[in-house]
Amino acid sequence: MSSPASLRMESVTVDFGGLRALSSVSIEIKAGEVVGIIGPNGAGKTTLFNVLTGLVTPTSGSLYINGQARKWPRIHELADIGISRTLQGVGLFGELSVSENLLVGATHSQKPNLFLALFGLNGRTEGLAKERVESTMRQFGISQYGAQRASDLPYPIAKRVALARAVISNPTTLLLDEPAGGLGAEDISWLKDFVLRFRRDRSVLLVEHHMDVIMSVCDRIYVLNFGELIAHGTPDEIRKNPAVIAAYLGGEATE
Amino acid sequence: MFIDTLLIGISSGAIYSLMALALVLVWRSTRVVNFAQSGQAVFSTYIGYEITVRTHNYWISLPAAIICGALLGSLVDLLFMRPLLRRVKSGPIAELAPVIATLGLLGLLQSLLGLLWGNAFLQYASPLSAKGFTFGSHTVPFSPQNLFIVLASALVLVIFGLIFKYTNLGLALRAASFQPEIAQLAGVRVSRVRNIGWAFAGATGALAGAVITPTSTLSPNSLDLLFVSGFIAAVIGGLDSLVGAVVGGLVLGIGFSFILQYIGSSVTFLAGFLILMVVLLVRPRGIFGHKLGRHA
Repeated sequence: MSSPASLRMESVTVDFGGLRALSSVSIEIKAGEVVGIIGPNGAGKTTLFNVLTGLVTPTSGSLYINGQARKWPRIHELADIGISRTLQGVGLFGELSVSENLLVGATHSQKPNLFLALFGLNGRTEGLAKERVESTMRQFGISQYGAQRASDLPYPIAKRVALARAVISNPTTLLLDEPAGGLGAEDISWLKDFVLRFRRDRSVLLVEHHMDVIMSVCDRIYVLNFGELIAHGTPDEIRKNPAVIAAYLGGEATE
Repeated sequence: MFIDTLLIGISSGAIYSLMALALVLVWRSTRVVNFAQSGQAVFSTYIGYEITVRTHNYWISLPAAIICGALLGSLVDLLFMRPLLRRVKSGPIAELAPVIATLGLLGLLQSLLGLLWGNAFLQYASPLSAKGFTFGSHTVPFSPQNLFIVLASALVLVIFGLIFKYTNLGLALRAASFQPEIAQLAGVRVSRVRNIGWAFAGATGALAGAVITPTSTLSPNSLDLLFVSGFIAAVIGGLDSLVGAVVGGLVLGIGFSFILQYIGSSVTFLAGFLILMVVLLVRPRGIFGHKLGRHA
């Protein structure tokens, strides 16, 4: 595993046709930090993730990894620069089993000889990948679901498998898109523990509506509204920021 | 008589299964019903034919036709589908344009074959006899070539089964077919994997063409009816299920064979479309199709 990276996006602007989804937004994640992004629906949170993961090409803006300018990554380069993400909802391969879901992430993030890899003929890396799947399943408490089809899983388990799928490629920066969405109290507290354990040597960027999760795990929080950055600071600062209260917290966070 | 009919059914069913499999492989990788499939298959069969004419050896021509089929499939994706899908990304036309385009490609390939080899019926000879096996005084309508068809198809199905179940490529093919975006995020090179899907499909269609053609004749349109049966079989099976394609092909082949034997040739094709209609009305996603399609 490479050492944790710091990641900085500067003045990112995204236009979809005539619509400005992000307007000169700058965000930094230092190595080992948990950074939260909050904002009402349509504020541009997921768009920001999509920019960072190569799903959306920004109109303008630049990316720095460990202080060095870098082109926006293409999707297939993410594993190389240590970025992995979950998607809103579940984001699993529905027709594959749980262990196969993890195996996709475990094998395709490696780069052995293409032909051997495709047919699984490289016994050593194959064995390593399968071992990693096993240990990751244990770590996430999902071993008993290994053979089950992902589309048949109960929702909280599916969310956990999705998290395991994102982690198995050994990312140094993990992007979580609403990981607490639809979860009950017990799973949410598991999730919080997970984020805090994970961040020890790596960084996490978190988009979440669940204020309790955001406030308890994040080192710093950015607040987006209508594609613009309206505030940024520690959880305490964000809680007291009048602009945030007006735009967001006053409305949704009291739920 | 019953056994004879069953054997014939299995032999033609095997070919329908291969054709259906080729369609399903492309459908799964690109969400396009590839009407050019029979054109690609017959093109590869002509290549096989040309090689037997020059070498007088069917066993050289067969793998050559399969390789040609794979290359052609890959090229159709690279030079034709990809640029097209890049140009029409969204809107109702994005669903339709690729399908219409495959129809155009079918015409193109068949016209090209007509120009190169003429439209006459050619004999693509196999060293295996097309005469039925004889047991005592009874000759069954099942020849060594039929046996070869069944064995070759079974072998291909087993190989595909192993690839899909046990290799990383198979895993990538399955992952990319329903959730390409997630597959990309997991590090799968989806466009490369798709291309392999097209190549597999092309090879499968070519195999079907090269083993069935020695039992009849070769012309630019000689595989069209086979394609229709393969299409029906694929839809019965669910269009996105590999197992479904095989089962659909066998059901249709055996069904046709019995109808032909006990009712008459005039209704066989009618029966095929009837089965298709019933399946589409009763269970539109096919017998093995996925409930949720691409949203899982």
